[in-house]
Amino acid sequence: MKKVSALAVALLGVVTLGACGGGDDGGAMLEELGEGEGAVNLVAWAGYVEDGSTDPNVDWVSDFEAETGCEVNVKIGNSSDEMVELMQSGEYDAVSASGDATLRLIAGDDVVPVNTDLIPNYADVFEGLKNKPWNSVDGKAYGVPHGRGANLLVYNTEAGAAPTSIVDMFSPDSPYAGKISVYDSPIYIADAAIYLMATQPELGITNPYALDQAQFDAALAALETQKSIVGQYWALYTDQQAALENGSVTLGTTWQVIVNLAKANGAKIESTLHSEGATGWSDTWMVSSKAKHPNCAYMWLNHIISPQANAGVAEWFGEAPSNSKSCALTADPNHCATFHADDEDYFSKVYYWTTPTKECLDGRDVECVPYSEWVNAWNKLRA
Amino acid sequence: MGERLEQAPRVNDSGRNFAGRGKPRPAFALWGLLTAPLAWLVIVYVGSLALLVVSAFFSLDDFTGKPTTELTIGNISEAFTQGEYISLVVRSVAVAIAATLLCFTLAMPTAFYIARLASRRTRRALVVALILPLWTGYLVKAFALRAVLAPGSEYGDGGFMSGLVGWSPGFGYVAVTLTLAYLWFPYMLLPIYAGLERLPNSLLDASADLGAGSMRTFRLVMLPLLLPSIAAGSIFTFSLSLGDYITVKIVGGTAQMIGNIIERALLAPNQPLAAAFTLWPMMIMVAYLAVMGRAGAFKNL
Repeated sequence: MKKVSALAVALLGVVTLGACGGGDDGGAMLEELGEGEGAVNLVAWAGYVEDGSTDPNVDWVSDFEAETGCEVNVKIGNSSDEMVELMQSGEYDAVSASGDATLRLIAGDDVVPVNTDLIPNYADVFEGLKNKPWNSVDGKAYGVPHGRGANLLVYNTEAGAAPTSIVDMFSPDSPYAGKISVYDSPIYIADAAIYLMATQPELGITNPYALDQAQFDAALAALETQKSIVGQYWALYTDQQAALENGSVTLGTTWQVIVNLAKANGAKIESTLHSEGATGWSDTWMVSSKAKHPNCAYMWLNHIISPQANAGVAEWFGEAPSNSKSCALTADPNHCATFHADDEDYFSKVYYWTTPTKECLDGRDVECVPYSEWVNAWNKLRA
Repeated sequence: MGERLEQAPRVNDSGRNFAGRGKPRPAFALWGLLTAPLAWLVIVYVGSLALLVVSAFFSLDDFTGKPTTELTIGNISEAFTQGEYISLVVRSVAVAIAATLLCFTLAMPTAFYIARLASRRTRRALVVALILPLWTGYLVKAFALRAVLAPGSEYGDGGFMSGLVGWSPGFGYVAVTLTLAYLWFPYMLLPIYAGLERLPNSLLDASADLGAGSMRTFRLVMLPLLLPSIAAGSIFTFSLSLGDYITVKIVGGTAQMIGNIIERALLAPNQPLAAAFTLWPMMIMVAYLAVMGRAGAFKNL
């Protein structure tokens, strides 16, 4: 028995060392594009990588595969946290990361700078999206902008007039009480902060991701009150879709792609943007530091921001494309206008998902609540 | 009767003798046989459990979400002192106990009918019918119950139950308990059925001859003799229920159990905190096994 336990300890040591040893062998930026490796493994938001299996008319993967010989494998990430976790595994080549994941991935050496010279379509990307704090460090691009949009409100059209305010999501006297669906992620605390910006201006919140302790506590109190009117917290977009289809949810936070999918199945719903300003995203395709198929990953980055593919994904997911030439190619000629593709004034009211840090993002000289505490608070709220 | 019961260990003894007889180096052969499975058990099972306990003391790099080997008891104190988490653990244990009791209440009469009352042919058919669900996928069964329990509303029809009965418990802890009981029912039924089959008729006859009614016979004769079987069955239903987090996602609505909070912490990603949470079910299971061991759950292994 002694031998056995000695063996166990030895093995444990090896496993522990192995688990902690890796991480520093991050790859460098690609200098030259080589031959494709035959495959590429992606982590993406639902609806970003479509090969026609969801809807035969929605396909920007098949022609990519035919052109480059890179077979596309996709793993859907349901939240930014999940994407960070997946990218840490080192099994994937590229990721469509939102602003609340990008800096964490960069800081963790999980992604490498992207050589934009190897991505011809980068030239056509809206200038307003290039070299932003969430996709670059010291002027070095860490990825290519995919597109941007706002988190919307979805409502059942038979349940009454269209809601206009985020107050309907939080107020205990909301006409939708009991049938409200909330995105199940710590980043949703920012939505509560936007609600407080509108209803309790004396708190002085200017950026929903820069909350000091008092503001943070107020946001949690709002979420605690909201709990009694919530019918469902959705983590999987398919859960939200099913609830919209069977009518058990009549108001909720949503992405346009969920609305499209549910409407195709007959759900009587519409989406709208509330007047107070909303949380949103500006996504970036990034390349893993442990990419096993870096060439195919670069080809994918170039493809997904090509005018045609970017128009397709922007229209399917319901967001503004990043490629300025995409606007001429959308099936709905008004798509870019509807989603405010080059309307910087509109996007100034959208608070892109970003990772809260101790150092306040709005530049105040107080200590803000860091993201790890957002996670703990959200877990406790949901426990 | 006492003699009959005590025979079981003796059969084992002679079996061991038989296996050893005629082989030149029994110890060598034994180790040859056992090394591979033992190594597997130690490395994969004990090793990963030990790793889990160790990593509960690691700290987390706030920003990147990667564990660092700097030791801390912060995760443990977070998982074990916060009221929200303690209440979550209490709720999870309550669900596991409720599911176990429900399984027992349904399995007892069913097993009695099959083992004692049914004709030989019916018995075989019933045993097959009750084992059959074990060969069906977990997700298929959970989603089936989702389709049954879905609440109706003015904007949709809801599931079969609200369609047929006009009422359904909706998604929540009740639905979770019902689904778990449905999922693990065979694990409770089979040990009780096996125990009942071994129960000598003569004991029940004697009890009746001495004037005990059926309830009294059940309480004073059958239950004590079946206790090890019931305890064995309850270990399955309790541990499987306590650790479940997928059923909660499918039929739980806003409900959460320990498993969900572990998954949340893991995806956060906060691996050390997730490891700290896993100590809860580990401790509960050790305590539960100790109690069930006293009830004789391992006597028939």
